[in-house]
Amino acid sequence: MQREVMFAGFGGQGILLSGKILAEAAMAEGLEVAWIPSYGPEMRGGTAYCLVAISDQPIGSPIVRTPSHLVAMNRPSLVKFAPTIKPGGVIVINSSIIDIGSNRSDVDELRVPVTDIAKELGNVRAANIVALSAFVARSRIVGLETFKNTVDVEFAKKPDLRSINLAAVEAGISAALKDR
Amino acid sequence: MGKVLMKGNEAIAEAAVRAGCLNYFAYPITPQSEIAEYLSRRLPEVGGVFLQGESEVAVGYMIFGASGCGQRVFTSTSSPGFSLMSEAVSYITGAECPAVFVNIVRGGPGLGGILPSQADYFQAVKGGGHGDYHLLVMAPDGVQEAVEMMMMAFPLAEKYRNPVLILGDGLIGQMMEPVEFPENLRSEPTNKDDWASNGMATRNSDTPNLVKSLFLDPRALNDHNLKLKAKYERMMREDLRYEAYNADTDYQALIVSFGTMSRVCRTAIDALKRQGIEVGMIRPQTLFPFPEKAIHEAAIRPSCKVVLSIELNMGQMLEDVQRAVLGERPVHWHGNAGGDIPSPEDIMDLVKSFL
Repeated sequence: MQREVMFAGFGGQGILLSGKILAEAAMAEGLEVAWIPSYGPEMRGGTAYCLVAISDQPIGSPIVRTPSHLVAMNRPSLVKFAPTIKPGGVIVINSSIIDIGSNRSDVDELRVPVTDIAKELGNVRAANIVALSAFVARSRIVGLETFKNTVDVEFAKKPDLRSINLAAVEAGISAALKDR
Repeated sequence: MGKVLMKGNEAIAEAAVRAGCLNYFAYPITPQSEIAEYLSRRLPEVGGVFLQGESEVAVGYMIFGASGCGQRVFTSTSSPGFSLMSEAVSYITGAECPAVFVNIVRGGPGLGGILPSQADYFQAVKGGGHGDYHLLVMAPDGVQEAVEMMMMAFPLAEKYRNPVLILGDGLIGQMMEPVEFPENLRSEPTNKDDWASNGMATRNSDTPNLVKSLFLDPRALNDHNLKLKAKYERMMREDLRYEAYNADTDYQALIVSFGTMSRVCRTAIDALKRQGIEVGMIRPQTLFPFPEKAIHEAAIRPSCKVVLSIELNMGQMLEDVQRAVLGERPVHWHGNAGGDIPSPEDIMDLVKSFL
């Protein structure tokens, strides 16, 4: 079965990296993956999104109009993509800066103040990892242990960011489980 | 080495290095600039030459110069850039120099847009520049195949002493997929002492080599063109590549599609199969030489009612598909040339509308 996750927000919020980490984690579980960015004149403060397709079969068309899940880091992203998500999907909303809901009763909506949580941890730039972790904990699209290892490997190259991102993983997971 | 997650553009760049190409000259243009960015870092690590030209026109002739001196060399660009290079490509082909070009196609004409497109099909397969020539054109449908075609491109260019073109699009270039770099596709540059102007000091010969495309004698020029023609016929015999998908069934419709568009068709074919509708597909991997015999034979299968040429342009490969089918079945085009890729559902609806 193929599932797709849309990550969307402002340029600079780490959207593309969130998607890449999820794709790496799925690959580590032996699944087929494709990561597709929005590309072109994207810049800090502009819009950015990427789609990650994960499947147990070779991926035919990675381009879908109705993704399975959404991680919305800002309000325009939620407004744009929430109506397209397949019924039963998970929608993670960055409630620190989004004051509306998905307006969907057929999805699993998870509101997490990821920007505030990242600020409390000491670096607002870890908000993407909080959101991704909350999403993974809620959807279980990949195993939590695989996911944690993947984040660890990703930030092994950047030792000054490693501990805060590992803390962001734990904070995101507990936020997702607390809400349930 | 296991699989790594890589962007198509970066994987193409790495594949060239692993294929033994240490010279890359280019001018940046979206959606393939990551190839240049990657090689600006990577080539110095392996003692190669990275050079950003002042324009695509200049880059085309830098490629001609390096190739004429016997070096493995490649460049990458996107549609308007390839137009600018096309004069040099004609000279390179006329002078029978091997070189590899990558065109990560964007929408056109003119500046067009940067989203996935196959609008340069005619330019790629019918020559592109002036004169009577063809490139060997390969079109990957994903990052892994882009790597493999890139690694095959250099020995093929040297086998034919003719440029090879890899035709991709923004999806192939920008998408990340797991890839591996097959060891068996590594190759060493061939010895070019018999034709390249690579310096007489290194050769045991008193005869200078001359690399040229000028033949003022009419018989000599005709003979030269006959020699080129024989090469293109040999490509058809020896290096034609295509994939037949779901083609051993009693399909009612045959799709011909390549590259990114063929991935969508593959998903549609699988979904239609689950609904009890069989559809076959011929996916050309080489666009020149074109698998016309395979398409003809697949089209005249008794169960097949219609042939669909599905492409990200306004119907260019359609003409080659019609030429292959030779009127034995109706041939229809479907596509989009704005950057929106038709969905599998669109293709399913299209197929059903003909059955």
